[in-house]
Amino acid sequence: MQISARRIDTTTIFDVIGDIDLANSPEIRKALLKEIKETKTPRVVMNLAKVRYIDSSGVASLVEGLKASRDAGTRFVLFGLSPAAREVLQLSRLLKIFEVHDTEEQALG
Amino acid sequence: MSQDLLLKVELRSDPSMLCVVRGAMERLTETFGFSPADCRSVTRAVDEAITNIMRHSYQGQIDRPIELRCRRVPKRSGKASGDGFEVLLSDRGPAVDPKKLRGRRLDEIKPGGLGLHFIRQSMDVVEFTRGRGANQLRLVKYLHPEQQD
Repeated sequence: MQISARRIDTTTIFDVIGDIDLANSPEIRKALLKEIKETKTPRVVMNLAKVRYIDSSGVASLVEGLKASRDAGTRFVLFGLSPAAREVLQLSRLLKIFEVHDTEEQALG
Repeated sequence: MSQDLLLKVELRSDPSMLCVVRGAMERLTETFGFSPADCRSVTRAVDEAITNIMRHSYQGQIDRPIELRCRRVPKRSGKASGDGFEVLLSDRGPAVDPKKLRGRRLDEIKPGGLGLHFIRQSMDVVEFTRGRGANQLRLVKYLHPEQQD
C-alpha cells in the first residue's frame, strides 16, 4: 500500500494505492489524524480509486478520521470507491455516514 | 491426504501475510465455483478471521503459528444447496470464550468491532471450538444449487 498527499488550496488529498488491511491501516489512521488534528486542514479528501480491498481495520481508520473531522470542524470526503470498498461500507452501514463522491472533481466541488 | 482437502497452509501471524492468503482465497473460491460476490465474501471472512487471530489471540505478536485448511464438504441434508466450502482456522492463543464473541451493534458509529459482523454476514456456518490447546474456527459457505457442477 502506498499513501501520498497533495494539497490544493485549503484541501489535502490523500491518494491511496493498494489494499488496506491490518498491515497498513495504522499508517492510514496516523496520516489522517495528523492532518485533521495537528495540521488542522479545513478539508481532507481520500482518493480510494486505486484501493481494491479494504478490511474492517481500514474502515475503522476511516471512521476515526470521520470522528476527528467532526470534532475539528473539518470536512472529510471519500471518492472513487471500488465495488468491494463500497460493499464493505454498505455492510457496516457506514456508506450514508460518510460524504462520498464518484470523482475528484465532485469531491472538490 | 484426504480427497476433500483443497488447501493447507501454515503461516506466521504477520499482517503482511494477509494479502497472500487473500490471493489464495480469491483463486480457490473462484475455482470452487462461487459467484464473484461470494468469492469476495469468503475471502473477506477468512481475512477478517485471521486478522482477529493476529490482533486478539496473539495480541500483535508476528511469529506465532496460524493454520488454515480448506475442504470441500457435502451439501446440507434437507436443504437445497450445493457442496460446501469449509475453512478451518487454528491458533495456539489463549482460550477464546465464545460467549464474548459478538460483533457490536451497527447503529453505533465507532471504529472497530466489525470483523465478526463481516464473518457472520459472509458465511453460512461460523463455529468456535477449542481442543488440544488450540482455538479452532470453522467457517462454511455452501454453493447455490445452480452453481454445483
